[in-house]
Amino acid sequence: MKTKEKQGVGQAHIRVDGKKKVMGQARYAGEFTLDGMLYAYVVSSAVARGKVSGIKTAAAERIEGVKGVMTHANRPSILSENDDDWRDQIAPLGRPFRPLWNNVIEFSHQPLAVVVADTFEAARCAASLVEIEYERGVHTTDMVAARKDSYHPPSGKIAYNPPPETEGDPEAVFATAERKIDVTYHTPDHHHNPMEPHATLAHWNGDKLKVWTKTQGVMNTHGFLAGAFGLDEEQVEVVCPFVGGAFGCGLRPQYQLVLAALASRAFNAPVRLTLTREQMFSFGHRPYTIQRLRLAADESGRLNVFMHDADGETSKFEHFTETVVNWGASLYPAEHRKCTYNLVPLDLYTPLDMRAPGGATGVHALECAMDELSYEVGVDPLQLRLINYTETDPASGLPFSSKELKACYQRAADSFGWSRRKPEPRSMTRDGKRLGMGMATGIWEVMYMGATVKAEWKPDGTAVISTASADIGTGTYTILAQIAAEELDISTDQVEVRLGDSSLPQAPIEGGSMTAASVGSAVKKASSQLRKELDEESSRRKSGHSVTVQNQPGEEEETHAKYAHSASFAEVEIHPVTGSIRVSKLVIAVAAGKILNPKTARSQILGCATWGIGMALQEESVLDQAYGRFMNHNLAEYHVPVNADVPDTEVIFVPEEDKEVNPLGVKGLGEVGMVGLSAAIVNAVYHATGKRVRHLPIKLDSLL
Amino acid sequence: MKPFSLTQPKDADAAIQAHAKLPDAQFIGGGTNLLDLMKYGVMEPKSLVDLQDLSFHEIGPGSDGGLRLGAGVTNAETAEHPKVKKDYPLLSQAILSGASPQLRNMATNGGNLLQRTRCYYFYDCATACNKRRPGSGCAALKGFNRIHAILGASEHCIATHPSDMCVALVALDAVVKVRGPEGEREIAVEEFHRLPGENPEKDTVLKESELILSIELPSSNFSKHSHYLKVRDRESYAFALVSVAAALQLSGGRIVDSRVALGGVAHKPWRARAAEDFLKNKECDRDLFLEAGKLVVKDARGYGHNDFKLELAPRAVAEALLQAWKGQES
Repeated sequence: MKTKEKQGVGQAHIRVDGKKKVMGQARYAGEFTLDGMLYAYVVSSAVARGKVSGIKTAAAERIEGVKGVMTHANRPSILSENDDDWRDQIAPLGRPFRPLWNNVIEFSHQPLAVVVADTFEAARCAASLVEIEYERGVHTTDMVAARKDSYHPPSGKIAYNPPPETEGDPEAVFATAERKIDVTYHTPDHHHNPMEPHATLAHWNGDKLKVWTKTQGVMNTHGFLAGAFGLDEEQVEVVCPFVGGAFGCGLRPQYQLVLAALASRAFNAPVRLTLTREQMFSFGHRPYTIQRLRLAADESGRLNVFMHDADGETSKFEHFTETVVNWGASLYPAEHRKCTYNLVPLDLYTPLDMRAPGGATGVHALECAMDELSYEVGVDPLQLRLINYTETDPASGLPFSSKELKACYQRAADSFGWSRRKPEPRSMTRDGKRLGMGMATGIWEVMYMGATVKAEWKPDGTAVISTASADIGTGTYTILAQIAAEELDISTDQVEVRLGDSSLPQAPIEGGSMTAASVGSAVKKASSQLRKELDEESSRRKSGHSVTVQNQPGEEEETHAKYAHSASFAEVEIHPVTGSIRVSKLVIAVAAGKILNPKTARSQILGCATWGIGMALQEESVLDQAYGRFMNHNLAEYHVPVNADVPDTEVIFVPEEDKEVNPLGVKGLGEVGMVGLSAAIVNAVYHATGKRVRHLPIKLDSLL
Repeated sequence: MKPFSLTQPKDADAAIQAHAKLPDAQFIGGGTNLLDLMKYGVMEPKSLVDLQDLSFHEIGPGSDGGLRLGAGVTNAETAEHPKVKKDYPLLSQAILSGASPQLRNMATNGGNLLQRTRCYYFYDCATACNKRRPGSGCAALKGFNRIHAILGASEHCIATHPSDMCVALVALDAVVKVRGPEGEREIAVEEFHRLPGENPEKDTVLKESELILSIELPSSNFSKHSHYLKVRDRESYAFALVSVAAALQLSGGRIVDSRVALGGVAHKPWRARAAEDFLKNKECDRDLFLEAGKLVVKDARGYGHNDFKLELAPRAVAEALLQAWKGQES
């Protein structure tokens, strides 16, 4: 029977796991314990390149409670020799990093030893007494200096799209164009910095390995462990019910997983290994990019040349690729178009997808360049976007499955009060501060993958949904319960969702803003099937009944281009004397198909906005080039916005119906709200000050 | 973090004795800085002398109408104390601009005086730092030195003192009362912290086993016109790039007396006496404040990434003076 207050899809249901989280009952990877558990602590390299010529462990081993020190020289030799076995689902092409493999050092902070003790304190103390002797090599970590070594990357990494084909004769037309800009933008390294550090508890039971570990994909970690340790899939179990933020850094299994499992084998006990905040700066990060934009337009502002050339950072052992230069080709038509993307190898760990990988940086430069072009042509920045608006994807020639971007512009501009903006830079003030207004477009590709879900009816009239997906803080537990509740015609609170366990039916990794679409569609299908079978035979309701259903996207050729869009409007106030920058207002309109839960959806976009502020004004992993080492490796010095930095932020969801993307009609929200937001802020800073800062983040130094 | 012994003496003399007797000892107040440094391996004391049982947790009248701030009083309590807010708003404002509520609830006044630099290299044991390991060199000189000193630095160290509270204390002519094995003495806050010279490992002039008992604030004529301006990279929980404690004693628009001190520019809170002398007996004016600001950086130098401070510091001085003149408290 339908209840009056139905709590299915579209309702602003509170997080079903919220109470557990605020009461400390949600257990994270580093909080599980087992009897006889030992603690491991990593000793990290002080140099960026070279060799370990010796490791002195005697002093460490004398510390009370220390069981031993594991190094490349004495680790159990149970690891696979084959590169392919180490390549997880998200891995770029190249040679995956293997911790404690040999004595070669390829990046600063590389793990070189693991101390195992019966307390965390003893392990940490002993780790500080391990003496590493180095044979120092020569490192290269300067992106600008290393550009001479840039190369064309191989494609093949998941979610990476090579640049679109060149069209027309862009170089020649650009050379003689009248209204044009030629600008180069730099975006720095970022680290994900989730609150929860990476942690693993590993336990061998005979030849079976069970791990509780931080991951955005238990199945990816599961496959990786089986490969790296040469095990059958049945011998491995991976558990991760909750994730305390990840933003991409949990996509690939990290070295603490391997080291915990190795140590557990070496010391014949369960071992917990938690990385320190400093060590959270020792692996994947958003890569530095250098991007040149060359745009030319006719007198009305219509683009006729579009060129976007980017260099992205990678390591010397893997070819990390992300989609940086393609976005403009799906936003703005231009007769002459060229996009190129190259990699610059550095002696740092391989970069890693980080919230809106490629889009955050690529669209940043693109939308700043569009702003620059608007002044060059003398057209309002919003008007310039509308002049170049398209209903078909210029890159593929396909129609969009849905595109309510125009409505995003309109509604955000109205709510923001864009019409109050005076076109001239430095023309507006408020309370003695310089006032600036800027806007930008956001775009993100809709991804959709197969997933399997078990839906079970309990005799007490509740249901259980199980799938090996993850909730990385986005509200997956909640929306999956809502989808099932709707199909089963029960309240959301009557659905229990189980995630984060590799023994559950298979689901893809939680990334790319595709979980709501991919896993959500599978939950819908499974729940619908269960409902059907319950209706067919009502006795099943009393005795309980379950179905396990796989949902697989069709393999037919694409007939539509599938993107989510957003429009961001930012207002900034700049102190005329000190140059201090404050974002005073943000309005973000999003067109991302159906909104499953307005409350968790809004939270996603508020998170995106906060990230956009950080990207524009604060975030930067600073390298010391002499050491080849990130130096601001803690949360006091690596700045992300605090509450006081985040202004009143309005989130608008523009209704958008999409029958093509997936059965639910959802497009995903984790990323699109961040894409372009930093550009809106930077464009507002230009409007306020007349200063065009092309290096992120903009700090007051450049506005004095 | 290395193992350490913990001693919890009941009074100041016992604390001083314990410190003098125990190997490699450190006093510990709120521990908000020391514990971090111990975890990072930057400081490795063998003995900690815990001060929480000492009777120096009070704010009360000082001599000559001044105010005595017990060394064990928390920063939060100090900033919110009615007498501090009324007579020394500059101090209250400075404290509240620092750290976060959680840290201010733990951090003590004595500990704030002794907090150590935020130099990246000081914190990272894989790099050279004369302050952490004398003789190892200063990696900041040619490294990433955006937050570093422009005044009073040496070739051995260009670190800055990170405190906000101490900048206000210097401007307010506060005095630190200490007791050691050889008895009690008073040290002006301005003299308490030292420049790096050839011994950057020494932050202060404290002698071995000397314990901070209190901070003595003299009576102040600056409560009506003062301002603490903190320029930083985010609105809260960020150390100052440049901060200025400015205070004016006015007769009409004429400056009878003034105080100008800066944070984020040197190894110690920097008292700008040349600017104060320049302002004396002049009429308040925006351009005058800018000129005063320029005097502050007369002998300053940048090291690359921190060159912007040469421009920012004078501007910040002028802005702080302007706000002090207006009598604003924000």
